[in-house]
Amino acid sequence: MLKGHYSFTIILKITMKRFIGFIKKEFYHIFRDKRSMLILFGMPIVQLLLFGFVITNDLKDVKMAVVDHSKDEYTLEIINKITSSGYFKLVENLDGIAQVDEIFRKGETKVVLVFEPDFGKNLVKGSHASVQLLTDASEPNMANMEVNYLQGILQNYNVEINRGKRVPNQIVPQTRMYFNAELESVYMFIPGIMATILMLVSAMMTSISIAREKELGTMEILLVSPLQPWQIILGKVTPYLVLSFINALVIVGMGYFVFGVPVLGSFVLLMAESVLFILLALSLGIFISTVSDSQQVAMMLSMFALMLPTILLSGFIFPLRNMPLPLQILSNIIPPRWFIVIIKNIMLKGTGFEFVWKETLILIGMTAGLIALSVKKFKIRLE
Amino acid sequence: MNTDQKVISVRNLTKKFGAFTANDSLSFDVYKGEIFGFLGANGAGKTTAMKILCGLSYPTSGEIMVAGLDVYKQREELKKNIGYMSQKFSLYEDLTVFENIRFYAGIYGMSSKEIKAKSDDLLQKLGLVHARNKRIGELPLGWKQKLAFSVAIFHNPEIVFLDEPTGGVDPVTRRQFWDLIYEASRNGITIFVTTHYMDEAEYCNRISIMVDGRIDALDTPERLKKQFEAKDMDEVFLKLARKSNYQE
Repeated sequence: MLKGHYSFTIILKITMKRFIGFIKKEFYHIFRDKRSMLILFGMPIVQLLLFGFVITNDLKDVKMAVVDHSKDEYTLEIINKITSSGYFKLVENLDGIAQVDEIFRKGETKVVLVFEPDFGKNLVKGSHASVQLLTDASEPNMANMEVNYLQGILQNYNVEINRGKRVPNQIVPQTRMYFNAELESVYMFIPGIMATILMLVSAMMTSISIAREKELGTMEILLVSPLQPWQIILGKVTPYLVLSFINALVIVGMGYFVFGVPVLGSFVLLMAESVLFILLALSLGIFISTVSDSQQVAMMLSMFALMLPTILLSGFIFPLRNMPLPLQILSNIIPPRWFIVIIKNIMLKGTGFEFVWKETLILIGMTAGLIALSVKKFKIRLE
Repeated sequence: MNTDQKVISVRNLTKKFGAFTANDSLSFDVYKGEIFGFLGANGAGKTTAMKILCGLSYPTSGEIMVAGLDVYKQREELKKNIGYMSQKFSLYEDLTVFENIRFYAGIYGMSSKEIKAKSDDLLQKLGLVHARNKRIGELPLGWKQKLAFSVAIFHNPEIVFLDEPTGGVDPVTRRQFWDLIYEASRNGITIFVTTHYMDEAEYCNRISIMVDGRIDALDTPERLKKQFEAKDMDEVFLKLARKSNYQE
């Protein structure tokens, strides 16, 4: 009994040592290959910045209309502040809120400011006065920026008028988005990039790195060695699991700190779902590597079977509900489609597991299926 | 060579892929410390047989013992006792000389201390001490090849399988490589080697020549030349290959 226990720990120790050696080697491969490093760390950041900054234009002379029910010195001063900032240009004074819908539909004016009646009086006598910020949110990124800028200007003004006062007065801006009340897709680039990057790093890079071992003939040596096939696979995928997880953290972190994308739901749940998706992508990568003998084939397969569908059919860029029915049906077998729903729910709507368990189950099912398929394929190759 | 001690014992090894018979009832023995040449034209079934002996593939039928272990039942044990080197040299180009040694020795369960001491000796012997921390990609082909062989026998296996180990290497380097093989053989490691070069075949203790999945000849190079009334191994090989075509 004692002897058996002893040899078991020795075996465990040797197995662990082998495993760590394998992972070390794998990290050397990654860190010494400039292309891998670029894909791993350059890509997520570039994509984030592209979607976050470049695609949203700078604000300049955004056409603005005003509904001023108060018409006092304060509202005039506020309008002045806003127009003199250079970001907004006053094009129209409207009589009432009824016209707003119509002028937004025309598409020229993007922002309407609505001052409540007795705005100035409320501000000075009462403790607060409210102003409505109405935006055309059919371009969600722009709408979001416009609101941020307007709020900034209002806040500055608020600070200015309160200077030297004992009881501060408060301007309360109320935001309303037209045409896209939930501001859907303003933050969509975060879930989309997350799905794309995790797919790329996990599936494409593992499949290429396994295919490389085959191409170079080192896979043969590993198979002849005492390592079990599952140990080889585990050794190959573990570094990518770690790196993908770091990538997920970077994306969520950058989204939060740079772009102000909130994580409304549970962070732990978000990360757990990400790990599930990474595992799915890794098993996809293993599966691709079992059917490709060279790095080129693995790369092409990953590109066409993974990247394009991830970008086109996952609902990341093109809304699924606008697609022809056959494509909508096809999108069901694309894992990122489900993952994007999950993170969107957790991050942007703050929902818990009870709202994403179905999607989670689908992902688990896909992962299990792919692993089973890969194991079968791998065995056939060995015989 | 010690004919008392069989390191490989093969009886009626047959491997079929559907209707195609890749290995047709092969039987042979290889002895401890022997350099055994495994020759045959492309597609004659060499690689298939070698894969079975390495535990990479199951035979359809036959009794096969390698290093005293059954290839059906003791595969895991078997893998610890063999070394393997392919024509691709199979070292990681982006790892240094020492990292390659450490990695391969590590998967055979050698301790760090052992690896360090033994690799120092090895690099000394090969005259590669200065290249210890150089990436494999920077080394000339001949060095890579010698190193790949040394790595394949680093864990001191009973037998090492060499699959066309000298492909694409110049004759001088090939000769130097064979010096390493002789040394390993003197140290009691059995060498099982496939090759296309007939001059290399002459260096082997015994050779078998496969034709269409069968072993058509098996003996020392001297006796084979006598048997086939040939001046060198090239001629022996051609005569056997011609026989194969004639039968078809």
